[in-house]
Order: sequence, then C-alpha cells, then structure tokens
Amino acid sequence: MSATSADAPPPQAAPVAAPAAVPVRARRRGVELSLTVAAVLVSVYGYAEVGLATAGRVPPGAAGYGAGLALLAVLAHLAVRARAPYADPLLLPIAVLLNGVGLVLIYRLDLAPVLGPRAAPAQLVWSTLGVALFIAVVLALDDHRVLARYSYLGVTAALALMAAPIFFPAVNGAKIWIRFAGLSFQPGEFAKVLLAVFFAAYLSANRAALAYTGRKILGLRLLQLPTGRVLGPVLTIWLLSVGLLVLERDLGTSLLFFGLFVVMLYVATGRTAWVAVGLLLSAAGAFAVGSLEPHVHGRVEDWLHPFASVRAGLGPGQLAQSLYAFGDGAVLGTGLGQGHSELIGFAAKSDFILATAGEELGLAGLCALLALYALLVARGLRAGLALRDPFGRLLAVGLATIVALQVFVITGGVTDLIPLTGMAMPFLAQGGSSVVTNWIIVALLIRVSDSARRPPPPEDPP
Amino acid sequence: MTRCIRRCAALTALLLVALLVNAVRVMVVESGTYAKDPANRRIAIARYDRPRGGILVGARPVTGSRDTGGQLAYTRTYRDGPLYAPVTGFASQTYGTSLLEGTEDGLLAGTSPQLASVPLWSEITRDRQRPGDVHTTIDAAAQQAAYAGLAGRRGAVAALDPATGRILALVSSPSYDPGLLAGTGPEVAEQWRRLNDDPAQPMLDRAIRQTYPPGSTFKVVTAAAALESGAVTDLGAPTRSPDPYRLPGTTWSLTNEGRGCADASVLDAFRVSCNTVFAKLGADVGLAAMVRQAEAFGFNDTRLRIPPGVAKSNFDRTMSPDQVALSSIGQFDTTATPLQMAMVAAAVGNGGELMRPYLVDRVTNHGGAVVQHTRPQPLHRAVSQGTAARLRQLMEAVVSDGTGTNAAIPGAVVGGKTGTAQHGVGNKGTPYAWFISYARPLGSSRASVAVAVVVEDAEAARADISGGGSAAPIARAVMQAVLAAPPRP
Repeated sequence: MSATSADAPPPQAAPVAAPAAVPVRARRRGVELSLTVAAVLVSVYGYAEVGLATAGRVPPGAAGYGAGLALLAVLAHLAVRARAPYADPLLLPIAVLLNGVGLVLIYRLDLAPVLGPRAAPAQLVWSTLGVALFIAVVLALDDHRVLARYSYLGVTAALALMAAPIFFPAVNGAKIWIRFAGLSFQPGEFAKVLLAVFFAAYLSANRAALAYTGRKILGLRLLQLPTGRVLGPVLTIWLLSVGLLVLERDLGTSLLFFGLFVVMLYVATGRTAWVAVGLLLSAAGAFAVGSLEPHVHGRVEDWLHPFASVRAGLGPGQLAQSLYAFGDGAVLGTGLGQGHSELIGFAAKSDFILATAGEELGLAGLCALLALYALLVARGLRAGLALRDPFGRLLAVGLATIVALQVFVITGGVTDLIPLTGMAMPFLAQGGSSVVTNWIIVALLIRVSDSARRPPPPEDPP
Repeated sequence: MTRCIRRCAALTALLLVALLVNAVRVMVVESGTYAKDPANRRIAIARYDRPRGGILVGARPVTGSRDTGGQLAYTRTYRDGPLYAPVTGFASQTYGTSLLEGTEDGLLAGTSPQLASVPLWSEITRDRQRPGDVHTTIDAAAQQAAYAGLAGRRGAVAALDPATGRILALVSSPSYDPGLLAGTGPEVAEQWRRLNDDPAQPMLDRAIRQTYPPGSTFKVVTAAAALESGAVTDLGAPTRSPDPYRLPGTTWSLTNEGRGCADASVLDAFRVSCNTVFAKLGADVGLAAMVRQAEAFGFNDTRLRIPPGVAKSNFDRTMSPDQVALSSIGQFDTTATPLQMAMVAAAVGNGGELMRPYLVDRVTNHGGAVVQHTRPQPLHRAVSQGTAARLRQLMEAVVSDGTGTNAAIPGAVVGGKTGTAQHGVGNKGTPYAWFISYARPLGSSRASVAVAVVVEDAEAARADISGGGSAAPIARAVMQAVLAAPPRP
C-alpha cells in the first residue's frame, strides 16, 4: 500500500458487493516471523563468532542464549500476531536484530577485563523485561487513542521521574540515576515516551488554536504567536523538563527533548517559522551552555580538535580513541572480538558501543546498523502518514523522532561529526532503562502501525 | 500535516546521509592516518599479540616469548642472554630493538611482505602473517668458548669462516641480559638507566661497534702492502732497518720491546713483532699503497652490514710520512673493530680472498620454508694468492716460533699475530691484548676458522712479546671449538 493513499478520503463503499470493494490488505505476519527468525540467527551467529575469534570455540552459552532470544522473539511475534495482526512486519525483526547485536557487542566487550564487570547477563535480563513490557503493551493496549486520555497523568509521572534523581548522588557528574536496592534506573529514559505521548495529545487537541489564532508580530502571519492560554501548558511542561535535565547535567537528553518538541510542534501546526525560532533558540542555548559550562566547553573543544591531547603529549582522549577504533575498522572491519575498542575505556559499552561495531564490523556493518535504524524511523513516520487521527500521527512521528535524534546525536558524537553528548544508542548500548524504553517505543509503533494498516470495518449491509 | 511529516522524513534522511558521509571520512579516508598515529596503541598491541619469531643458533632458539597477560601480551625472553646479546640485541616494548632484533624485526614480528602467502586473501580476512625464524651462522661451541675465555674481562671476540664469511662467534664482555629490557614498566626503565650508566658499557657490542687501535696485529696489513707493492720480495732477507728508528721528518725515535730488530728480516721482525722494521716498511711503501691495502681488507668501509651495521675501522687517507710509519704498526689514528681484524686473518687464511661477513644464514617462515637465504659473496680480493701464501708463512711462524705460541693447536696449522692496544689519557688505561689468527687442518691450504680477540690485560704491554698473553689462549679455544665440530654439509 502506498503512503499517499492513506490520506485520501476513504473509498465510497459500493452498495453491492461490499467485501470486494474493501482492499484486502496482507497481514504479512509470515514475513515478520521469518525475518524475526533470521534476526535471531544473525545474533546467535555473532555470539558464536565472538567465541570462535577469541577462544577458538563456540561459547558454552551459545545454545542457551540462542534459545532464550528465540523464545523472546517468538513470544513477541505471537503477541503481535494475536493483537496487532496488521502491524508493520519490519518493526519487530529490526528491534530483535538490534537488541541481539547489542547483546553480542556487550558480550564481546565483557571479554576485556579493563572495562569493568560483565554486563551482558544483566543486559539480557533487561532485554527480557523489555520484551515482556512490549508484549504487555501490545496485549493490553487495544487502541493507541486511549493513551491521549492519560496524557496529563503521564506527564506528571514523567516530571516526577525526572525530578527523582536530584535526590540521589551523581554518577560520573550527571544526576540521572536512581539507585534502589542494588538496581539503577535512568528515569529520563522512560520520561521521553511519556513526554511524546503528552505532546502528541496536547498538540493534536489544540492544533487549530495553535496554528490559526493569536496575535501577529510585526503584522506578519508568519510570526503569529498563539495565545498564552494555548501555548502555556505545553511550553511550561517542556521548560520544566528541559530545566530539570539541565539541573541534572543531562544535556544530551535535554537536547533530545528540545528537538522532539520542535519537530512535533512543527508537524502539528505546519509553522516553519517556529522551527526557525526553535533552531535559533537551540543554537543560542547551545552556544551559551558551550561557553559557560566547562564540561560542555571541553566537549566542544574535543569535537573541534580530537587529537589535541595527543599533540600535547597526554595521549589520546576518548574521542580520539573512538576515531582510532572506527579507522581501524575500515571497510570490512577486524571481525568480532578482534578489535581493540577496549582502549576507549570508560563508557565503551554504553555511549561508545558504536565504535566497537565500527571497528569489528567495519563500515559495512556500521552502514547496516544505520540502515536498520533508518528503516525503523521510516516505518514509524510511514505509520504516521498512514494514520488518520492526529494524535496517532503525532505520536508515531514523535516516537520515530526520538529514535532518529538519539541515533544521530550519539553516532555523530562518537564519529566527531557533532560535539559528543552522552546518550544511549537505542538497543545497542548497555543500559537497562534504555533497552526497556526502546521496546516500549517499538510496541507503541506496532500498535499505531496496526491501526494505520487495519482495514476499516466493513459497513453493515443496507 | 502530511507535508510536514514528509519534510521530517526528508530531514532524517539528510541526517542519515551526513552520518554516512562522515563515517566514510573516518573509516576510509582517515583510516590510514589513524593507523599510523603512534598514539594509537593498536600498532603496539598487534606487534606483541603473538610470540615473536625465534633467533636460532644451530637448531636451538636462543630467544623465546612469554605471555604476560597484559595489554602488550608477549614479551621477549632470552636463553643465555648475556652470551648471545652481541648477536641478538634486544627487543623491548619500551626501548625498541637493536642488532639482529632490529634489522630482522619485520620478519620476527611477522610484518614483512616476504612472509606473505596469499596477499589478496589475507588483505580481506585480515589474517596476520605468522612470524618467521632467523637462523644465525653462529657456532654455539665457538661462542661459548669465546665467552668463557673472556671470563668477564672487558673485551670482544669475533670469529669467521674464512671460506664463506659466516660469522661463527661474536662476543662482547661484560655483557647484559637483554631480557631485562623486554617489557614495560618502571623496573625496565630502571634497568635501562642502570645499563646505560654502567661505566663498563655492558650494552656496547664491542665485536662490531667498538674500535681499538689494532697495534701490532696491523703488521699483517703492512706486510701485505709491502709484498703486494714489491717493496719486499724475500721474507728471509735482512731489511735495512735501524733500531731505534727515527720517524721521518721528526726527532722522535721508535724503539722495540725486544732485541734483535736492527736490520732483521721481515720473517724475524714479524715473528718477534719489531716496531722499527714495520714502521719503516710502512713509510717506505708509502701512504697510497698502505691505504689501498688497508681498504682491500675492509678498512674505511662505513657501509658494512652483517646485517647489523659495523663500525668503520679507520686508516687515515692523508698523513705525513711519520704518521704513516706509526699507522703501519697500528698506532696513531688507526683503529679497528675485532670483526675487522678477524676479516684480516680470514682473508690471509682464505688465499687472499675476503668474503663478506654475515650473521644470518637463512630465514624460515612459520611452516619452516626458507624465505631468505644468504649466499657467500666475495667482498674484496685483499691480496694475491702468492702474497697470501707468504703472509701465512709469516703468521704461522709467529705461532710455531714467535710471540703467539700459546695459540698452537696439535693436529692443525695455526697462523696468528699478537698486538697491544694502549688507550686512555696518556695511555694510562689498562691496555688491551690483541690476538688474531686462523687455523687450517693439516694438509689443507684453506683455513676453516679465523678469529680476532681483544681483551683487557694489565700485562698486555709485555704480552705482545712474551707469548700472546691472555688473548692467544682464547683464540685457541675458539678455533679448537670450530675444528672439533663435524664439517658443515
């Protein structure tokens, strides 16, 4: 089905032979299953490959790992098959493959003792939890529009979650963690889904008011601002969330929220001027933070001169190590387990995990991963195009934007395209909150894509 | 709304393109630059992530590798480190490489293209070549005999196979264990500092890197020049040589330690090492012929590689006649490495043909196939066959009935020459005793071993006359070790 047809008015049902007039849409569940199985096989192959390359034998846990991953994938598939039969067949396989490759990369980095204790088993547990939540969302959520009803509740929860780490000690300079009973969470990760839901609900409810009312500035409709009544709540929420993150020194996530807000506002209102204002504001904000905050200033300096510390005789910094790793990968990579991304040291399993992918899988592997993310985003946007209800459209766009911005910011950061901001590569990076959140995002995308592709209910015969 | 979503999609596509273009920049365009950056530890890690190839003496490796479990996994180990240090040098993770470890590094580390089996395929799979093994020409028995003979005294021994140029022994004393420098860390730095600060210079490879005044051993070269130039035709005929001999153009008189040098024949003068006779002979032959002869034996060669570079042995090209006279008895500016003097003895023992000395017999790859083989090559014709025969007569007389009787070996013919090297300010340092010699089996005109020994010896000044002092017995032990071995196939 083409995306444009979705926006066209629903076909007029012919009075006779009604079933034939409704286009029969393929459910494509078989495609999803086979792709999911392929994703599991690729992941298990990667796992075996790490063992073969480093120890000369298949890791003892390979069968268990494969069986576990396959079980999770099949359960997720069955849930989709049962409750979202028209969902986009690419979403689940992409998520399984990215999660599987992420586990392989973390398992591989676990082999380097310098990078700290093993993280793959915990990541597997978190992935299981993520898939469980995915299944729960797919089973429990019949219609995404239900979410709009709870948007204020959701955003209150989001702000509470984001405020909570203030009362916990900072980890590596950022107060973004909650430590509780030996477990740690990054509540900001969960908050971004809730914020996307809230923005979608609020913006879809107030679209017309936002776009067409308010006073003009300098007599230009282009710069027409909505009234405070309309814009107030959403702006307040957004300022609160970004302000909290700045307080907690989590600049990557605040950047993400800002971008998310601007994109959703633009899609809701179609006002290019606001995008321009948003970009100007973010540029000004980035410049101010970049000059005033020493930590961020250092990141900008690193970005401009990644090898300055080498020339100063202090040895390569993290970004330089990351670039060495990518460079070592070249076109085809060293092969899993045969690179030396452990030289990156701190955060090699989280923020810098893509450097391991680049080094060991090469430009080919990196392109494949980016293509997977691009497909995920494209499928999200496509569901947005196909849907008819504004809330669903905005939600799909918002979720896709979260993934897209995150991938861009962290990939650009570790490859020296933009200044580095700490952020988790979706599904790949070590981090329980992140992987769970990403599974929820995919579950919501499954749900909206199911609504988008589901044929309209047959009209009652006259 | 649809249009806006489409624009969003276009924007994300743009971001993707930016990421991909930048990835190509980092991973393809800059890849080579990053790989060569010394701050990139991958070079060092790859270098040490497998055992280094072995350096072999005979069939037995004298080096090994030990897995430290660290980031730079394998460090070098040495069996009999001090004994073979002048051959192997060191391979250190901190201080680089020296001697054979340095010149053969590409083969030992496995980076040399000579080791490549299937070039294109290994490029794709990134399979690294396995290191090769370096088989030296060293004769373990000769090396041990030389090292034991020096017994810790300062000195050096170089031994050659005259017919091929194979270096059979290369010993420097005092020595050091290169294994102390193999790894990284403060203790390695400490050892490095200690070895460099040691006044005894244990890391100096005296056999090829230190030059000494050759003293009377240089008389072989002077005799060769005299015979080749025709200045002397009859070894037994008396020369017109005063004792003491006043150096030409000076008021300085040269004397001898012993007596009977006035008008002595070349044979007698060589046998008892008369300074006056050979100084005058050198002056009579003249600068040009002396320089030509010295260079025919290998002096003034800055480019000799065995493959480690050998220090230049010096014979000045511009000198006044009195300086030529002094230089002709191995004094003034004349200096020689022990290897150089072994080459002199070897050329005489090999019928006048000087073979290029070499230390690496062959290099094998991991599978044992030979990837590099050194063939014996002539370096120069030092003297004619006839001159060589008469020089042998002189040198054999030294051992049978002269200053070098300590070097005699039953069942073999030995020719030699003693010498003394003074050094230090005003020659106050403990002098070095020299002995150069060759040995040939009875009935053969070709020598099978040539050796040069230089050893610090308080008695050296008199040892020159009184019988080879401490140097000749060391030379004898080395020659015996070689002669005792079954001939090489």
